[in-house]
Amino acid sequence: MEHILEIHNLTKTYPGVVALDNFSLEVRRGECHALVGENGAGKSTLIKSIAGAIEPDSGTIVFEGKEYSTLTPALSTEIGIGVIYQEFNLCPTLSIAENLFLGQRLTPGLFQNEALMNKKAQEILDQFKVEGLKAGTLVRDLSTAYRQLVEIAKTVSKNARLVIMDEPTAPLTEREVEVLFRIIQEMKANGATIIYISHRLDELYQVADRVTVMRDGCYVTTKDIGEVTKDQLIAHMVGRELKKEFDQRSTETDEVLLETRDLGGNGVKPFSLQLHKGEVLGLGGLVGAGRTEYAQLIFGAKLKDCGEIYLNGEKIEVNSPEDAVRYGIGMVPEDRKLHGAILRMNIQENIVVPILKRISNKMGFVDAKQEKEAAAGQIEALRIKTPSAQQLAGNLSGGNQQKVVLGKWLANNCQVLILDEPTRGVDVGAKQEIYNIINDLAAQGKGIIVISSDMEEIIGITDRMLILYEGELRGKLEHAEYTQETILKIASGE
Amino acid sequence: MKKFVNFLKEYSIFAILVVLAVIFSMGNPAFLKPSNILTILRQSCIMGILGMGEMSLIVVGGLNLSMGACVALTTVLLAVFTVNMGLPWGVAILISVVINTVIGFLTGVIINKTKIIPMIGTLAISNLVSGVAYIICNGLPISGIPNSLKFFYQGSVGFMPMPIIIAAVVIIIMGIMFKFTYFGRQIFATGSNREAARLSGVNADKIFIAAYTICGFMCSIAGLLMLGRMGSGTANTANTVDMEVLSALVIGGVSMLGGEGKVTKAVGGFLLITMLTNGMTLNGVNEYVQKVVTGGVFLLSVVLDSYQHGTFTLMRHIQSPKKAIKEAETNG
Repeated sequence: MEHILEIHNLTKTYPGVVALDNFSLEVRRGECHALVGENGAGKSTLIKSIAGAIEPDSGTIVFEGKEYSTLTPALSTEIGIGVIYQEFNLCPTLSIAENLFLGQRLTPGLFQNEALMNKKAQEILDQFKVEGLKAGTLVRDLSTAYRQLVEIAKTVSKNARLVIMDEPTAPLTEREVEVLFRIIQEMKANGATIIYISHRLDELYQVADRVTVMRDGCYVTTKDIGEVTKDQLIAHMVGRELKKEFDQRSTETDEVLLETRDLGGNGVKPFSLQLHKGEVLGLGGLVGAGRTEYAQLIFGAKLKDCGEIYLNGEKIEVNSPEDAVRYGIGMVPEDRKLHGAILRMNIQENIVVPILKRISNKMGFVDAKQEKEAAAGQIEALRIKTPSAQQLAGNLSGGNQQKVVLGKWLANNCQVLILDEPTRGVDVGAKQEIYNIINDLAAQGKGIIVISSDMEEIIGITDRMLILYEGELRGKLEHAEYTQETILKIASGE
Repeated sequence: MKKFVNFLKEYSIFAILVVLAVIFSMGNPAFLKPSNILTILRQSCIMGILGMGEMSLIVVGGLNLSMGACVALTTVLLAVFTVNMGLPWGVAILISVVINTVIGFLTGVIINKTKIIPMIGTLAISNLVSGVAYIICNGLPISGIPNSLKFFYQGSVGFMPMPIIIAAVVIIIMGIMFKFTYFGRQIFATGSNREAARLSGVNADKIFIAAYTICGFMCSIAGLLMLGRMGSGTANTANTVDMEVLSALVIGGVSMLGGEGKVTKAVGGFLLITMLTNGMTLNGVNEYVQKVVTGGVFLLSVVLDSYQHGTFTLMRHIQSPKKAIKEAETNG
């Protein structure tokens, strides 16, 4: 059978990570080819390479018989590749037709021929056999599923023969998913090829013809969907050996430090958790399962709908990060550059932000000596590599920025630390240092919640794990019960 | 040596001041007379006081274009309180300070709650406040202002004019506030990255509103001086002051992106703007030409601010289509 797309030995490395490792793949014309893998398996990097958004280090992409070593977004669109990302790229205040032909002139002259544009747009829409969808409708009046349809129609209007969909069902309701699947069938009937990426394994059996499993940027296997069970897929996805050594730690105590009771909101269904002194508790699950959202509730960064928080057995009211900081709760956010470090301020200024009030006298004047000592203390304790405390945070490496964010909370003597993806974008050496710091902090009796998409990391560093799936607590595992299969099974909603 | 170069770079605004002074005095030696220098200082005072309010706002990531209107309202209010109602001058000042501070606070609350763009929001408030000022005085200037109020602008202690003393006190207090107090630090943290500051336990909403409140307070002080300068309460006074203050601040290195600025350099900016007008007038430059020059200086300083912070993308826009075509050609 003819291959519309062949990928040969594609490699892409980022500092500290090999995102794609000699990856090869063949996609047949007219099939719906599913791509599965854990968080960080390299799916996004692969899509971006095909879409021309990033430049691979080596390897080639063969599309319809022509070989390309690198693609640009414009070139990729031109040769007939369309990508539908999770975030839609539409102008809500314009009509469907205007969105489809954005930036294109149908007829020469000053004016867009609206009648012709609407007619052409309607023809494209009619291909999908959706009743009552008019090309003149404004995009902002459409439901999510139909907006997605407009995105798909956009790729079709640009003559795309290969359409890549990145988790298309994530924002859809069950009924909308059916609409999408029917549209995919129509597209296949019209001769389009589809690469379909999803975390929901059940769906693959309804929509895909073949499935390829990725792991750590490598190709694992490709199977006909009828030949493989869900358990087998999961086994392929996790079949990695855990090579990193994590120090054994037995610092966990029976003393409850932080407790939430039926805490819910921010898209997470209520559940309770207990964090002991000296314990590292993992919040597991796939990206978008509600891990970060739950942490934001504890930290007061988002308002809760219901539930209570207890610290050392006493009920506390956390309605803002300011409250949380006062109670000694600190959070290292997922997006270090946007929400963690203040890049335009120096290390010292960053570290003292939460304690400014405390190191000031009654008149409100900051004690310069205490300020200097606090910063110097954390620079030394966390081994932040910098010529001076006056260095701008923006000039530091990722690992050192992360240490500055941590130092901010340690200077505030926080008892509870929430670390959201603490080693993302951090090089290997700094990763190990951060693990050592986590171990030290646990030994000091602090309670630590770690959110991580890195399976190896969350297995190695945590004592206990709560696993979420689509905003709901689905499982609790003790360290002895950890296996990659169980964790991924629960995280996939099995 | 490197430190010295950095120092020069940092405070280049003062070098520009010196160069301008030399040029202006070559054209007209009267420019460097002590009396003219005192005049320049005196004329900078109102801008300096308003500038301290506006600076706390720009640093925190806001903006206020209703200061001119509030200054006008203050002159009208003070005139009505003392001339028409016969209130003692102390009470009149106190009430107008309270009113302006409340206006500033409300402005802050509205902008913070509704998340409207500060520029548009304060432009609306500017019209609103200005309208109220016209209604109160019926559009006519109110004269007969008691000397006790005029003293704040026209009087002096020894050889030092009152407005310079007041402005100096305000600027020194604000300078200390920005640099040494935790409130000042929180203003800078919020302006540098509001979400990161919030997630570090800073009550960003409170800081934002407080900056607007400070701005309102500064309007009442500036209004008091303006009354003395005009000699009457007028609703149509100070209508260009917002622009002057903004350009002075940007020239003085207060970044429109927020989170950045120094009081010392901002003072250089106030002096530069006043000196430009004063020097050009002494050198017989046409008033309309002056407008073109000050406008151009403002534009240039905003562009430089953008360039320094890497948000200046004009060049890249010019290059990109050519580059794209070239790439398309090489790709066949």
